[in-house]
Amino acid sequence: MSSKPKVAFYWCASCGGCEEAVVDLAEDILEVVKLVDIVFWPVAMDFKKRDVEALPDKSINIAFINGAIRTSEQEEIAYLLREKSQLIIAFGSCACFGGIPALANLYSKFEVLNDVYIESPTVDNAAKFLPQTTSIDNNGKQIELPEFYSQVRALDEIISVDYYLPGCAPTPKLIANTINMLLGDNLPTAGSTLLPDIALCEECPRKDSKPTDLSITEYKRICENLVDPEKCLLAQGFLCMGPITRSGCEALCIKGNMPCTGCLGPTSRVVDFGAKAVSMFASLSSGKNEEEIEKNYAQVMDPVGTFYRYHLSKSLLRGKLERGI
Amino acid sequence: MSTNNKEIRIGFYICHCGTNIAGVVDVDKIREFIAKKDNVVVSRNYKYMCSDPGQELIQKDIQEHRLNRIVVASCSPLLHEKTFRNTLEKAGLNPFYLQMVNVREHVAWVHSDNEKATEKAKALCNAAINRVRYNKPLEKKRVPFHQDVLIIGGGIAGIHSALILASAGKKVYLVEKKPTIGGHMAMFDKTFPTLDCAACILTPKMSAIKENKNVVLWTNSEVIKVEGYVGNFKVTIKRNPRYVREDLCIGCGQCIESCSYKEAKYPDEFNLGLSKRKPIYIPFPQAIPNSAIIDDKTCIHFKMGKCKQMCLSACERNAIDFNQKEELREIQVGAIIVATGFKIYDPQKEPEYGYGVYPNVYTSLEVERLINASGPTAGEVILRDGTKPKSIGIIHCIGSRSEKANKWCSRVCCMYSLKLAYLLKKHTHAEIYNFYIDMRTPGKMYEEFYDRLLMERVHFIRGKVAEVTDISLVKEEEGKLILRVEDTLASVIRRIPVDMVVLSVGLEPSEDTQKLAHILNIGLSAEGFFQERHPKLAPVSTFSEGIFIAGCCQGPKDIPDTVAQAGASAAEAMAMIDAGYFEIEPITAHVLDEFCSGCKSCINICPYSAISYDESKKKVFVNETLCKGCGTCSATCPSGVMKQNLFEDDQILNEIEGLLVYE
Repeated sequence: MSSKPKVAFYWCASCGGCEEAVVDLAEDILEVVKLVDIVFWPVAMDFKKRDVEALPDKSINIAFINGAIRTSEQEEIAYLLREKSQLIIAFGSCACFGGIPALANLYSKFEVLNDVYIESPTVDNAAKFLPQTTSIDNNGKQIELPEFYSQVRALDEIISVDYYLPGCAPTPKLIANTINMLLGDNLPTAGSTLLPDIALCEECPRKDSKPTDLSITEYKRICENLVDPEKCLLAQGFLCMGPITRSGCEALCIKGNMPCTGCLGPTSRVVDFGAKAVSMFASLSSGKNEEEIEKNYAQVMDPVGTFYRYHLSKSLLRGKLERGI
Repeated sequence: MSTNNKEIRIGFYICHCGTNIAGVVDVDKIREFIAKKDNVVVSRNYKYMCSDPGQELIQKDIQEHRLNRIVVASCSPLLHEKTFRNTLEKAGLNPFYLQMVNVREHVAWVHSDNEKATEKAKALCNAAINRVRYNKPLEKKRVPFHQDVLIIGGGIAGIHSALILASAGKKVYLVEKKPTIGGHMAMFDKTFPTLDCAACILTPKMSAIKENKNVVLWTNSEVIKVEGYVGNFKVTIKRNPRYVREDLCIGCGQCIESCSYKEAKYPDEFNLGLSKRKPIYIPFPQAIPNSAIIDDKTCIHFKMGKCKQMCLSACERNAIDFNQKEELREIQVGAIIVATGFKIYDPQKEPEYGYGVYPNVYTSLEVERLINASGPTAGEVILRDGTKPKSIGIIHCIGSRSEKANKWCSRVCCMYSLKLAYLLKKHTHAEIYNFYIDMRTPGKMYEEFYDRLLMERVHFIRGKVAEVTDISLVKEEEGKLILRVEDTLASVIRRIPVDMVVLSVGLEPSEDTQKLAHILNIGLSAEGFFQERHPKLAPVSTFSEGIFIAGCCQGPKDIPDTVAQAGASAAEAMAMIDAGYFEIEPITAHVLDEFCSGCKSCINICPYSAISYDESKKKVFVNETLCKGCGTCSATCPSGVMKQNLFEDDQILNEIEGLLVYE
């Protein structure tokens, strides 16, 4: 065995974008590969769970886990990697905050399964079968299948996490910096998020165009309006999450004329991203009383999906509570 | 146990408040319950925590047990937070390591089930224990106090405050909207119950204002903007043109004599329209400043642009200046006293009394002028048709104590009605009828004055007049005003014919009260008068530090009460000025500079304009002397860099957690 640091990558409930982001390192990935031994990466290389099980405890130096936890299988691998790894990195917004999959927490397990397996117009399921935890394979043998849990959870709600690298997905630059930092001698404080602890406006190229007396009368949607490429998006009435969101991405979306959606999550001082967003937008509203503010807010399409796009699992309210199922 | 001085050592004290708390809450149980909590070193109950022995108990414990956090469960922090903070300070502990729990107003006084009340007290005390761990030491700050004072309103209240402050050597700016000071008191004939001549006691004070070198008197002027904060107000005052130079005019009246209008043609404001004046006039003989003024709405020069300008040539001192313009003056003051008085209720709102319909129906204020020797009739009570009244009805409570008009009692009407009854009787020998709901005469020598009137053969009829009409039913009523009233003592409906009706109108907030409240950022009570900070213990203070209220702008009151408040305001202002500095509570917001992204979300939301944007650093900063600690900015700050002292997230969240899980 070589003495190079051992690294594992794994994905849970995610879209695959985070894996894509690692590959997006392009030729730099070769530099990384030179420096480390990849011991587990189901998306790109052929490893089995038993290969990891065979490793001694804490023998993996760094495990990058992306995606939220929705099934018993994801939970199992998370436990396994925690046992075998020295450092666990919650990689991407889903692993850090539950991400987009956590928006399903607004619905009960039954509502989700019913919608996907029965109600969906493209599904042909006359017998109304729903996923089961056991099945009989072709040889007549009973097999165990992963359980679909009632809630989507962020990684640190299952196992302890050493570092967080949010992003949907983290930019190649942030990934490269993180790997270099972790392979170096000076490790950051345990439990920290590997991003600046200051909001995005700090590095936004449009910062100076934001007025000090901003008051928003109309919330606009990007698909229905022309966007001035120079002016602060909030000043134009677009719901930009920049003031609430950490910096570090170099305002890539804004440079692409799209408002920030908040994927890097809140700063260390903010407990609940969506609540902060609501509180900030209420303050910016031109409405002077409850009625006017409400009227203003009614223009926001899908408030939960806008203000809690990535953070529902980490919010104080968390989602819909399933009772008696 | 560690001897590390960072170790948290909490002292807990629950007060019995006699039986106020202990009668409902099981204080022994609470003491035992809290004693078991982490970091709690001392847990005690005591009869009166706020007493000297109670406070000494805490001090002794702090020293003996090296306590560094104190929780006192007693009454509202509004009452004793200061007391206990001082206790901590005396024991050498930062006063902000104190946390109070209100188990009196929030628990004992509002619950009757002792067991449940005790449970609630447990939760509240546990929340405080949880929170106090996160309390941080804070330092009070001092800001220097500007020595000058602004007084708004030149009635008796403003005059009295100004003279007190001036006599103490303070510079006072006295700003009055009208052309002369004196206010309503200058319009009165006599004052109750002593029947002193109002002018005789007021005008010396008015002259004293003029003479006093420490008083800058600006009449015909209005406050239009107030910026800054206690000790450092920046005030903008608009001085409307008088068109006569006050410094040159000696009030000789030559200009008035020579005015192109040979006859006075316009209603005289001071006599409430009962007499006429010319476009150039002096409001009344003892006006201060004793200077003429030109009313540009009626003066031919201003109306048409062509007038022979006789006044100009008549004035030997060249005091007339048609080119005067409105001027804006900016002044710096440390404190502001608001004494803007009242306006009288408009009786036309209740047409059943016939005011404005029947010429012989007067308001009480008009009668003050009619009786007055310098009034429109030189003190002779003659009606609009020139006759002398042989019978007079005085109707109390016009616009007061009414669901239709104002709910409040205007406090002075009973007494001034008695006074007018006395004076009218003396002047006219007429039959006088007083129609009252209840006779309210609280005050020194007031009831005695009422007794005296009962002896003077004045009639008193208890009942609210339903209508004043000129429709006569019998011959004796012809040509008279008939008052229809239920005499509730005799249980009969009466019709009383009189020659003259006096409506005792109530007091209302003066016209610009709301506007001024906005400019000064002070509150209004439900009736629309200025809101005092505490109805009993801070009657002349407002919620804006350094701004005081005196007289009828705070609510209806008589002259002695007004003068007392004026004196109180002056004394309170002086206490602040003489301290030389003002101590600000450190419960303010501050920015974690390093982490501010400069998103500017907080700037516009601050109700005190305390937050500004630093263009060079591209971050915001808080002016701590302007900040009132309302917390709006820290709730708004999207990245959590705006911190509110004593209300930081970990303090609040831990308090909530302690409340939810306390066993």
